[in-house]
Amino acid sequence: MTAPAPAPAVPAPAAPRIRRREWLHILTRAARTPRGMVGLGLALVVVLIAVIGPFVVSYPPLAFVTVPGSPPSAKFPLGSDILGRAVVLDGGWQLLLMATGAMIIGVVLGTAAGIAAAQLRGWRDGLIMRTVDVILAFPQLVFALLLVSILGPARWLLVLAVGISHVPQVARVMRAAALDVSERDFVKAVEITGVRQSKVMSGEILPNLITPLMVETGLRLTYSIVIITGLSFIGFGLQPPAPNWGYMINENRIILTSNPWAVVAPAILIAILTVGLNLFTDAIARVALGIERAEKIIAEAAGTGIVSEIPA
Amino acid sequence: MTSGTGPPRLVVEGLTVRAMGSGAAIIEDVSVEVAAGEVLGVVGESGSGKTTLGLAMVGHARRGLEIASGSVRLDGTGLSSLPADELRRLRGAAMTYIPQDPSSALNPALRVGGMLKEVLTAHGRTDAEAAARVQEVLAEVGLGSRPEILSVYPHQLSGGQQQRVAIAMAFACRPRLIVLDEPTTGLDVTTQRMVLETVARMCASYGVAAVYVSHDVVVVGELSNRVAVVYSGRVVETGATADVFGAPAHPYTQGLLRAVPSPERSGRLVGMEGVPPRPGQRPPGCGFAPRCPLVIERCTVAMPELVPTGRAGQLARCVLVETGQAHTEGTLAPAVDKDLTKAAAPATTPVLQVTGLGASYGSNQVLSGIDLTVPPNSCVAIVGESGSGKTTLARCIAGLHMNWTGDVRYAGQPLPPGIRRRPKEVLRGIQYVFQNPYASLNPRRTVGGLVAQPIQTFAEGRRVRDDSEILDALRAAALSVEVVNRYPDQLSGGERQRVAIARTLAVSPRLLICDEVTSALDVSVQAAVVELLRRLQHQRGLAMIFITHNIALIRSIAQQVLVMHNGQIVESGAVADVLDHPRAEYTRQLLDDVPKFSAAMTSSGDAQ
Repeated sequence: MTAPAPAPAVPAPAAPRIRRREWLHILTRAARTPRGMVGLGLALVVVLIAVIGPFVVSYPPLAFVTVPGSPPSAKFPLGSDILGRAVVLDGGWQLLLMATGAMIIGVVLGTAAGIAAAQLRGWRDGLIMRTVDVILAFPQLVFALLLVSILGPARWLLVLAVGISHVPQVARVMRAAALDVSERDFVKAVEITGVRQSKVMSGEILPNLITPLMVETGLRLTYSIVIITGLSFIGFGLQPPAPNWGYMINENRIILTSNPWAVVAPAILIAILTVGLNLFTDAIARVALGIERAEKIIAEAAGTGIVSEIPA
Repeated sequence: MTSGTGPPRLVVEGLTVRAMGSGAAIIEDVSVEVAAGEVLGVVGESGSGKTTLGLAMVGHARRGLEIASGSVRLDGTGLSSLPADELRRLRGAAMTYIPQDPSSALNPALRVGGMLKEVLTAHGRTDAEAAARVQEVLAEVGLGSRPEILSVYPHQLSGGQQQRVAIAMAFACRPRLIVLDEPTTGLDVTTQRMVLETVARMCASYGVAAVYVSHDVVVVGELSNRVAVVYSGRVVETGATADVFGAPAHPYTQGLLRAVPSPERSGRLVGMEGVPPRPGQRPPGCGFAPRCPLVIERCTVAMPELVPTGRAGQLARCVLVETGQAHTEGTLAPAVDKDLTKAAAPATTPVLQVTGLGASYGSNQVLSGIDLTVPPNSCVAIVGESGSGKTTLARCIAGLHMNWTGDVRYAGQPLPPGIRRRPKEVLRGIQYVFQNPYASLNPRRTVGGLVAQPIQTFAEGRRVRDDSEILDALRAAALSVEVVNRYPDQLSGGERQRVAIARTLAVSPRLLICDEVTSALDVSVQAAVVELLRRLQHQRGLAMIFITHNIALIRSIAQQVLVMHNGQIVESGAVADVLDHPRAEYTRQLLDDVPKFSAAMTSSGDAQ
């Protein structure tokens, strides 16, 4: 054999583009963009208020401390509500926890349904997606309302209802993304060895859906907040006297003229939170898209003889 | 076509192009000249900087790059100092550029006629003049016989026709300089032949100065009068094509030439390991030193100069040439090697036997009446142009395509169509290597994880704890074990394809299906991968199906060959018989269309 000895000419490793903790990498890069910084900052302000709020006020939030509907004063900076309780913006952390729970339920179930539909094809795809279409025919708030009225107003059932109402949208997005991945050769290369479908979906397809998954996570969190506060506003959410921002807006409308802060403060917080989360999600999407595009350029260039000339 | 008459039309002097941020040089100190009526070939592997050089010749630097120093002059006009609108006036009229992929270079929303007219009217022709010129130039590229072509959209044309439209566009304004960047890569040989002939005819009849950029040494050899071999951003060898390719002085040029397969000679291909260094990571001395088989200490110290090799006009950048130690070898002489194409002894049961296979996509019949036998310890090549159904055939056998009829037997047992209906032992026995290693490896897994996957799948409950099986497979595929923790995007194309091969070897298959495994790779890497497969096939007694559109490759690997056309087998037999005495008209045409050195050498030899 005169074949040249396999030279260990391993090229210097390129700057890592895809890493095991890619989601973390995307998050930190998104947080460094101006858009992401502003979004994250806004959201964090609200989270801080929600978390610290209960600790900085010295009086119990449910006690009737002053005249109903009194304007802001030195003792009660945001005045009092319709029942004479101080407006303290308590209850935010509950909203955040519930929204997170609903988001997790919606994204997990929706992703599972979307990937299964894309990978299994055939009648299972039809069944999943037609079910999704039927649910999509209802506006999300109405569908959540429907579920709440069936399931009951308990807190965890509310979370479950909002979570389920997310499933159709998430499933649609994830199916589209998964269809693209499931057609790629590396999935075929694994299928060809007879690996179980569930393993193909979790091991091959899911890890390549990080980008849409992260964007969906951010979006569904925002939607969860909007829907939960919306449900609370119309009285189907958390039941009084548990403090919550959505219900506050509704019940204090009557005293809008005497103490507008009882309505405006929670409304502003909800607005800032959703705008902040949306901005941050947008930043994530942009960063992830940029990375994906660079990957694509490299992959394409590899076949065409234009390679490694992308400025670092 | 004589070279060197009159002053050179394009003069590139000391050209350096850098990345704007890092300042890493993409190409460095490149000087070339092209005279009117001359074709300069620019050859190099992926990542050598040849596309950047080609673009710089028309005064363009891609986004993020800048022309840092040196000059590009067209008929004495310095392009880099020209204002942008002046440059725009020259582009498309005085100088043109034909990119690689015609389907993305033509505007899909415009009709062919409109597109061609636009170029002409943009450069000051009246409508009537333009219309006449469009007819003329279309006739010149061989599309004149179809008057309806003016009103069709690009997607209604084949790849070859699209490329000829692009050529017509480039020549419409009678340019003085034309740069062609890999215009035939991605086309099958027959189409490539057509396009090459068009380019050669047009360049000659217009007397333009042409630059042909390609990784394909043979195509460049066939077309160009002079050649510049580019490596690591520098010209490493230049001179008359016949000299450079006939008696290469630089070890890199020699390596490139050794890697070229040929339908005429059988022999082992010798590839080059490694990849060109990335810009910014280039070694201090000769860029080729890390891969050079003849490297000496001096090579790694300082960059050698371009010095004359002794033949008129031939320069090379190599220490060995500087010191007069270079041995220019006659690389093109037929390599005397044991005949690889000798068929293996007829064995008892074939590993795979296909009888009367037909396949369809929906109602569209793509394969019919396919008979194929793969004996143990032998390699059967399937050759055909794109769309001939060869990949579909492979997918039917592998179980990826289910809609087929006929009889397929693996080791005597009939095979059901789908993967899910095949027993594990069969799935393990038939392994598949995909065409594009950039798509066939999960970017989220490490090399170790990728290779471990099939091992685990076929482990039958046995836990795979130690890595020795993975490392063995990597070693068998001639990979260094260091790559085990890398991700695919940290590997070169050749390394990726080796990982894909290692993954199949890990489970000791009996039949290996290789589907165009080298078509996404450089010629030098292709040679190394083909040689690896050949060695593995012999060492392990594998049965192999080697699918390719490149008929020149099969002598280096296969014993039997099937030639496919339009979903049918037009010829089959032993490789030597079919290639030396083709019976089918189609086979003969395929063989004729393969670019050949011999023709190039004699034609440019005549020109001297």
